[in-house]
Amino acid sequence: MTEQKKQKLSIMLSIIGVAVLAAALFGVYATTSNTAMLRTVLQLGAIYALVAVSMNLLNGFTGLFSLGQAGFMALGAYVFAIFTIPAAQRPGVYYLYGVADWLANIELPIVLALVVAGLVCALMAGLIGAPVLRLKSDYFAIATLGFAEIVRIVVGSSPLNRITNGSLGLKLIPKFPNFFFPFIVVAVCIFIVWLLINSSYGRAFKAIREDEIAAEAMGINLAKHKQMSFIISSFFAGVGGALMAMYMGAITSTTFNVTLTYNILLIVVIGGMGSLTGSIISSFLVIAAREWWLRFLDQPLIIAGIQIPLFKTGFRMVVFSVILMVVVLFFRKGIMGTREFNWNFLLKRLEKKEAGSTGGEGNE
Amino acid sequence: MSNILEIKNLVVSYGGIEAVKGIDMIVPEGEIVTLIGANGAGKSTTLKSISGLVKPKQASILYNGQEIVGKTPDQIVSMGITLVPEGRRVFPNLTVLENLKIGAYLRKDNLQEDLDYIYSLFPRLKEREWQMAGTLSGGEQQMLAVGRALMSKPKVIMMDEPSLGLAPLVVKDIFKIIQTINKEGITVLLIEQNANMALKVAHKAYVIETGTITMEGTGAELLANEEIKQAYLGKTK
Repeated sequence: MTEQKKQKLSIMLSIIGVAVLAAALFGVYATTSNTAMLRTVLQLGAIYALVAVSMNLLNGFTGLFSLGQAGFMALGAYVFAIFTIPAAQRPGVYYLYGVADWLANIELPIVLALVVAGLVCALMAGLIGAPVLRLKSDYFAIATLGFAEIVRIVVGSSPLNRITNGSLGLKLIPKFPNFFFPFIVVAVCIFIVWLLINSSYGRAFKAIREDEIAAEAMGINLAKHKQMSFIISSFFAGVGGALMAMYMGAITSTTFNVTLTYNILLIVVIGGMGSLTGSIISSFLVIAAREWWLRFLDQPLIIAGIQIPLFKTGFRMVVFSVILMVVVLFFRKGIMGTREFNWNFLLKRLEKKEAGSTGGEGNE
Repeated sequence: MSNILEIKNLVVSYGGIEAVKGIDMIVPEGEIVTLIGANGAGKSTTLKSISGLVKPKQASILYNGQEIVGKTPDQIVSMGITLVPEGRRVFPNLTVLENLKIGAYLRKDNLQEDLDYIYSLFPRLKEREWQMAGTLSGGEQQMLAVGRALMSKPKVIMMDEPSLGLAPLVVKDIFKIIQTINKEGITVLLIEQNANMALKVAHKAYVIETGTITMEGTGAELLANEEIKQAYLGKTK
């Protein structure tokens, strides 16, 4: 098979793959009720997939270990909520402090508000990027972690009562207009990241991850590219946060605490630092396990009349921690490592069959 | 022949300690110039200063008559000066092809022609196009590092100890390639501890000791010099 033919075939297979996934989603929609666990897991999984991909862009592809994802999600979620809670219902939401005058009548359409949420996060990343990106590895992680906490505390603080409703949080945030909405948004966002990763910018990001000095010697402007990666990652984290707000319908500043960042980090590590498909697969797996498959661990378990002692609320998280430790100790590269899912393995097998006994390439 | 690089009074200090104490060097266009010296003599620092990776305390570095001190590394690369860093420093988890493409990062034109050229210089790289650079042997990695630098279409290529940690036979190959590249019209500034090989291929050579140039001449002259023989070539009378 020639390279061109291979490429054509894998593009075709990808289109078929996407179609099959869409059909499966439609099947889920047709056969399950609104409250089915499968729907919850798929929607939440998709949102986590977007946030994990945005974190992976920074941590896995550019090699900047950031722990600020929850901060940007909080920012995105709040910006989205502030602009989309129906104006008529705002007095009810802000019943204690009242709503700021300039805000009272601004109401944006959902899609526009998603973009605005992303842009605000990107702007914030641009502002804090210049000083923060000068820091290396651990120090950068600490600074971004600090930033996330600052955002969370500022958002819930009393001077902002008339905008963010302070510690009461916001509710009546518009829900998803339909079942497919989050999947479409997430797919579009991840596709954009995928295009970026496969462009020359993506290669520059990876070069910075691999070896900063060599990358600089090759003429890659470190500051500029790190800044770019940080801004883009924050944009999508913001959109992810906004989707999370839509999913939950009500948010408070504590929704976006450090644990959220660690959960996302867990997904990224399990999926493989530097693999988009890894992040996507692992976010669905982790969410399904956490919300669904491992739920039984939190329930009392009685076998033959004897109650097994460990099974009670919170045990699920213990098991989760153990899984994380096992992954870090024995499967350091996660599910995918830095590889991406592609059809080559299938094509290679086909090729071998075609070539028969004449043998493949003459690799040493 | 004109001088493509003129370095005047280069002083570099790392936190108060002067690594390079005011050196002057001339690199004529189209030649192979080598800078030899022991560990810590200031060879790498000199190259890093030229490529903008290190900010010199004071200096004037003229490239085709234009001052380049204070320019950023990416500006210097786009002007046509590329560094092959010490210890190869290929990107281990990227494929050979990706490594080469990163070398051409600042150019937006068609790369296929240049890739073909690199592959004609290093057929081994063509064979291993899809392999991760980290899985290559030391010699292959060095070839990749040189190929990657060539992808930026430099007028001056600076190599920091290309023979470091390589088998003698491979070192010979690398030096052959250096000469081939030079014949194509690219000026080479070479740093070496392997003084013997470096002096054999160099048109012009400088000896650097603890931050100052102590000797200069053609490669053949220095190769015949008794002091050099004793100090760097390990030969006694």
